[in-house]
Amino acid sequence: MSPNGRRIGLAAFVVGGLVVASGLAFFVSPRASREPDGLENVANEEGFADTGTDHALDDAPTAGYEVRGVDDDGLSTGLAGLIGVALTFAATGLLFLVVRRSSRRRDRSTGPTDAPPTAARISATRH
Amino acid sequence: MHIPDGFIDGSTSAGAAAVAAGGIGVSLRRAAEVLDERRVPLAGLVAAFVFALQMLNFPVAGGTSGHLLGGVLAAVLVGPSVGAVCIAVVVAIQALLFADGGLSALGLNVVNMALITAFGGYALFALLRRVLPSRSSSVVAAAGIAAGISVVLSSIAFTAEYAIGGAGTASVTTVAGAMVSVHVLIGIGEGVITGLVVSAVLASRPDLVWGARSLALDRLRIPSPGDTERVAS
Repeated sequence: MSPNGRRIGLAAFVVGGLVVASGLAFFVSPRASREPDGLENVANEEGFADTGTDHALDDAPTAGYEVRGVDDDGLSTGLAGLIGVALTFAATGLLFLVVRRSSRRRDRSTGPTDAPPTAARISATRH
Repeated sequence: MHIPDGFIDGSTSAGAAAVAAGGIGVSLRRAAEVLDERRVPLAGLVAAFVFALQMLNFPVAGGTSGHLLGGVLAAVLVGPSVGAVCIAVVVAIQALLFADGGLSALGLNVVNMALITAFGGYALFALLRRVLPSRSSSVVAAAGIAAGISVVLSSIAFTAEYAIGGAGTASVTTVAGAMVSVHVLIGIGEGVITGLVVSAVLASRPDLVWGARSLALDRLRIPSPGDTERVAS
């Protein structure tokens, strides 16, 4: 991605943003408040907290934002945060790529148009 | 704000799952039209950034904490349709990997945290943009205010779900009062964080802010007498 005279290129912006997100997830999240959140607090005060049931995935290796097998609490939460940031980025990117490409194919029915058309591709057009 | 399994009964949860699936389906179709393929990594970044920010619980009054929901932040940065999908991915990953938010409550959580904030919050943002002067500080202010209110909207949505299918015995009015009052406070944090992030992106790459696109157009446009009147008033 060339800078095109802008201060920051799109690729550099995305990489920089991911570095900041990773830093927040790894270094800051272990220091976040451990108090119950708004809904949990209301559930406690209004007496419906006990209607909640166990999560089916409570035994997952990263359940509760803690990586199983990592004893240090801060490190465990920080690593869970890094895993979450990486997987969220990958899953969202992949989802949008798939959706974009499949919708283009459906709309134009001239095959994928994400690459410049070539003679081979045009002749291979399916209807 | 993540609803665990059990708080809301099965049929209400299933209804919310249908609404969530429909809303995200429509959002995905729209996203496919508006999202330039070069900007797909930007959408990924928005989702990843919201995931990180959602881990940062900040203390509010009375031994309670809150965290960013991020629906308005995402909607202002990449548009409401792409933004709603980003938050839905975050909510799904939290439920599936981190056991945060019940599996049966996934639809409820997507409705409350992704659809209501991204679409309802963005509508508020657009309304505020219309009444505020056309400059970048207005984009920041509108984003912050809409984000704050979106948290309250989300808490009202939970209350509605509780009214329809809540397993608890507390009255709906007391739950409504408790939910709204604590989420007004959490909303202030949401507004401040949203304003900070939007202003940081506006400072580095204003062209990447969906909610500020009209600013670039306004600069090119020759003002009509009506416009100058509006600016002067």
